[in-house]
Amino acid sequence: MRRRVFVRDSALALVTLGLSPSFLRRTVLTAQLPRAASGKVLICLFQRGAADALNVVVPFGERAYYALRPGIAIAPPTRAAGPAGAIDLDGFFGLHPALAPLKPLWDGGIFAPIHAVGSPSATRSHFDAQDYMESGTPDHRGTADGWLNRYLATSGTCEQCAPTPFRAVAMSAQTPRALQGSAPTVAMNSVTEFAVRGGGTQAAQLEALYRTGAADLIHGTGREMFEAVKMLRAANPQQYQPAAGAAYPNSPFGQRLRSIAQLIKAGVGLEVAFADVGGWDTHVNQGGATGQLAQRLGDFGTSIAALVTDLGDRMQDVVILTMSEFGRMARQNGSGGTDHGHAGAMFVIGAGVRAHRVHGTWPGLASEQLYEGRDLALTTDFRAVFAEVASKHLGARQLRAVFPGFQTTAFPGVML
Amino acid sequence: MHRLAILPLIALAACASAPAAGTRPAADQADGSRLGVTAGREPTRITGAHTMTADQQASHVLSRLTFGARPGDLDVIREQGVDRWIEEQLHPERIDDAAADHWLAEFETVQKSAAELERTYPNPGVLVNQRASRPEGLTAQDSAQLRDARRNLRRIADEAQIARVGRALLSERQLQEVMTDFWLNHFSVFAGKGIREQYYLAEYDYQVIRPRALSRFRDLLGAVAKSPAMLFYLDNWQSAADSTRPRLTEPAAARARGAAARRATANPASPAGQQLQRRLRAGLNENYGRELLELHTLGVEGGYTQQDVISAARALTGWTIDGPRQGGGFLFAPFMHDAGEKRVLGRTLRAGRGIEDGEELLDLLSRHPSTARFIATKLARRFVSDTPPAALVDRAATAFLRTDGEIRAVVRLIITSPEFFDHAAYRAKVKSPFEVVLSALRATGATPDRSPRTAQAIATLGQPIFGRSTPDGWPESAAGWMGTGAILNRINFGLALAAGRLPGANPMAVPGVEMLRQAPREQQVDAVVDAFLGGDVSSVTRSVLITGHHPLLDTATAAPAGAPRGLAQVVGLALGSPEFQRR
Repeated sequence: MRRRVFVRDSALALVTLGLSPSFLRRTVLTAQLPRAASGKVLICLFQRGAADALNVVVPFGERAYYALRPGIAIAPPTRAAGPAGAIDLDGFFGLHPALAPLKPLWDGGIFAPIHAVGSPSATRSHFDAQDYMESGTPDHRGTADGWLNRYLATSGTCEQCAPTPFRAVAMSAQTPRALQGSAPTVAMNSVTEFAVRGGGTQAAQLEALYRTGAADLIHGTGREMFEAVKMLRAANPQQYQPAAGAAYPNSPFGQRLRSIAQLIKAGVGLEVAFADVGGWDTHVNQGGATGQLAQRLGDFGTSIAALVTDLGDRMQDVVILTMSEFGRMARQNGSGGTDHGHAGAMFVIGAGVRAHRVHGTWPGLASEQLYEGRDLALTTDFRAVFAEVASKHLGARQLRAVFPGFQTTAFPGVML
Repeated sequence: MHRLAILPLIALAACASAPAAGTRPAADQADGSRLGVTAGREPTRITGAHTMTADQQASHVLSRLTFGARPGDLDVIREQGVDRWIEEQLHPERIDDAAADHWLAEFETVQKSAAELERTYPNPGVLVNQRASRPEGLTAQDSAQLRDARRNLRRIADEAQIARVGRALLSERQLQEVMTDFWLNHFSVFAGKGIREQYYLAEYDYQVIRPRALSRFRDLLGAVAKSPAMLFYLDNWQSAADSTRPRLTEPAAARARGAAARRATANPASPAGQQLQRRLRAGLNENYGRELLELHTLGVEGGYTQQDVISAARALTGWTIDGPRQGGGFLFAPFMHDAGEKRVLGRTLRAGRGIEDGEELLDLLSRHPSTARFIATKLARRFVSDTPPAALVDRAATAFLRTDGEIRAVVRLIITSPEFFDHAAYRAKVKSPFEVVLSALRATGATPDRSPRTAQAIATLGQPIFGRSTPDGWPESAAGWMGTGAILNRINFGLALAAGRLPGANPMAVPGVEMLRQAPREQQVDAVVDAFLGGDVSSVTRSVLITGHHPLLDTATAAPAGAPRGLAQVVGLALGSPEFQRR
C-alpha cells in the first residue's frame, strides 16, 4: 500500500531518495491516516524492576495483607500510625506515605490509580515482562516494534500540527522498546545536552556525511538527529524556568520530567513522551514506611507532583501513565524484601480521568485468591488501560493495529 | 519497503562516485558492492559464498577480533597472514603482554583480591553502622575516617573501570580482551548493586572472567557461580533453605567456625551477630537461580519451568560469601543449604547432599543443548552479524556440544568460517560505546588514561562500564541502542577527541603527520582515512572530508558548510562519519 504512494507520486522523489529526514517522510506517508487529537500529550513512565504494588497502593482494609508481610507492611491510616501510616484514599486502599505529594492530585480529581492490573503472561522475568509490556504483546516474543511506536505509525499528526521530529521523545540514552519501530522517535538525556558541540561549520560538515545513504540504522538515525537539533535550537529551551512551586528533585528521574516539561512548553509538537526510573527490584531489605522502597517512591511522587505543578494549565492536554512490568510476591521473602510476583498497580493522571476511586476489581489476598498461591491475581489487562488512554486521550482509532491479538469488549473506565 | 529505497540509492551512488574517480584505488573504486556496504547497508544475506578481498579480510579481522587497529597493525596482519594471526590470538597464554601488565601493576586496588580490599579499605557503610551505634555517636575522628573510607571506595570503583579501558587499549592479547568484554556482558554484574559490589569488580574481571575467556564453559560458569561479584549481585549469598525444608546442618555448626563466629553468637546486637541472625532467618531467594537458567545458560526459550527455577535456587542454597576476616571469597555454608530432594530439568538431586547439588546443576546446564545453542547464537551475533546465519549457529552449537563446551573451539569455528569472511558481514556491526572509544584511542596510538575521564566518556555514550543495572547485559544488536541521542553523543565524542580533550589521546598522532601539515588536503584525508577508517570510505565521506560539502546536494539544499580547517577538523569528521560507527 505504501509502495504505491511512493511510486505514483513523483513529487516524492526526494523522499524515496532518502534525502529528507524520516519524520517528514512519515508526515507525507501518514497524510491519509486518522488524525491524532489536537495538542494532546501522553507521558509514559516505566518503573523498571517491578514495583511492589501492594506497598504502593496499600490494601490496609485486607487482614491477610498484614499476615503476609509482618516485617514490611504499611500500617493503616490511624492516629497511632501517624506519618508512618498509609494515606487513606477510600477507606480500604491508601497510598504509601512517601507518595504524599500525589494526595493533592487525588483530592483535585485528576489521579486515578488502578490495582491488580498487569500482564496476563505468567513470566516472572524482568526482561520478558518489560518486553511484553513495551511491545504490547504479552507472551509474544519477537514483536518487532513497541506499542507506542505502532500508535505513532498508525495515526497522523493532528490536523494543524507542523511536521516535527519531536512527536515522540524518550528521555533516556537509548530508545526504549516501547518506542522502537518504523515511526521516527528521538532519545535524549536532557534537553540542554541535545546539540552538536563543534560549532556551526563543523555541524554542517558532519550533517553532510549523513545526507545520503539508504534508510539504514546509522544514516537514517543521523539525519533525524541533525533535523531535531536544529529545531530544538530554534525553540531555545535553554532559557527555561519551571513554574512557581514546581520543585523537581535533583534526581535523574526528576530532571527527566523537567526536560519533558521543557519540551511541552517549547511547543515543538511533543505528543508522546517516555521516561523510566529504576531501583524497584527490592529483593532485600525493602523497608516499610521508610527505607529503600520509600525512598524510591519519594523521588517518584515528588517528581510527578512537580511536573503537574510545572505544567499548570497545560495539564488539561496531558495524561501521565505509569507502569511496571509486574508486581511482587504477596508474602515477604527471607531477606526482608519481596520476590517477583504477578499483578501490579498503575497510575493515570490527567484532567480526563474518572476520579476519586481506586479502579480495578480487587481479587483479595487470601491464599486461595492468590495467583499460583503466592501473588496478587490479575483482574485488568494492562492493554485495556493503554488502549483506553490511547483512544480517549490521543484519539487513536486503530487499536487493533496497536494491540494485535488483543480483544476486549469494554474499557475499564479509567477515563471519562 | 527497503527494496524501494535501494533503487534510487544505486543511481545516486553511481553519480557520487564520479567526482572522486581517479584519485585513490583503495577508497573510490565505485564497485556496487563496496557502496552497498558503506553507503546503504541493509542486511544482505550472509551465506559464506561471497568472500571479501584480502585487504578487507585483514581490516575485518582487526575490527572484529580487536578493539581497533593501531598504526601499523594492518601491515603486520597482511604480512603474517590472517589465519596465522587468528591462531596466535586464540592462544593468549603464548602472547607476551608485559606492557599491559606493567601499566596495570601501578593500580594497587586492581592487584588485590576482593577480601584483601575489604580488609585494607573498610566499607564506609559498615563503618557508619558500627560508629553510629555507640553511645557517644560519631566523633570528629570517625568523620575523618569515614571520609577516607568513602574516598578509597571511590578509587576502588574508578580503578576497576580505568583498568578495563587501559588493558583493552594496551593488551597484545586482543581476542582475549574482546572475549572478556563478551563474557563480562554475558555474566553482567552492576556496580550500583551496593557498596560491597564495588570491592568485587576488579577481582571478577581479572581473576574470574579473563583467565577463562577462552577456556571450557563449565569452568567459567563455575567460577562465576562462586564469585562474590555474582553471589552478591543476584542475591544468592543470602539465599537459604526455606523454613519448611531440611537444612544440611544445624546452625550450631556455624558457631564452631572460629572466634569471630563465636563473638557473633555471643553478641547478637553486633553487626556480625546481626548478619548471622539474618542468615539463619533467611529463606529461599530465586534471583540467581532464575537468571542462571534464563540468561547464563539455557536462554529464555531453553525449555525450563518455574519449578526448575525454584529447584535450581534450592540446589544453590548455601553458596555464599565468607567474611573478609575469615579469608573472604566463596563459602559453602551447610547450615543454609536445603538438603531436601530436588528435581531439576528431569534430573533428581537426591536428599542429603551439600555443595554437590550446585555442582551437578552446573554440569547439567553447561552440557545442555539449549545452552550450546544459546551461547553459539550470542557468539555468532557478536562476531558476525546481528542476525547471524542459522547454518553457522548450528555448526557452532554442534562444536560446543562435541568439545564439551570448549570456548576456544567454538570461537575458532566462528571466526574462521566462510560466513565470517562473507562480504555481507563486512562493516555489518555497529560499534558499541566501548568499541567506539577504544577504536578511536587505538587508532591514535593513545597512552592509557590514569583518570576516570575516558571511562566517563564511554558512560556518556550510553553504556557505562559495570553500569548495566539488569543482569541481561547490554543488547548485542544495534537496534536495541542506536538512536538519535546515541548518534549525537558519538559525534560529540569524536569532536571532543579531535579537539584534544580526551586524556592520553593525541588526535594528531596520524602517521607522518609532520609531513602532512603542509600537504594538500587530499593527502591529509588519505592519511586520516587510513588511520581511522581502515583506508576504506564511501566517496561521499571522502568528498566531505576534503571539501566540507556533500558532492551532490549542498548547493541545492543547504548553505555550504565550508572546507574543514586543519587536520583536527578532518579527524573530527572522520570520527563522526557513518563508517567509523561500524566495524
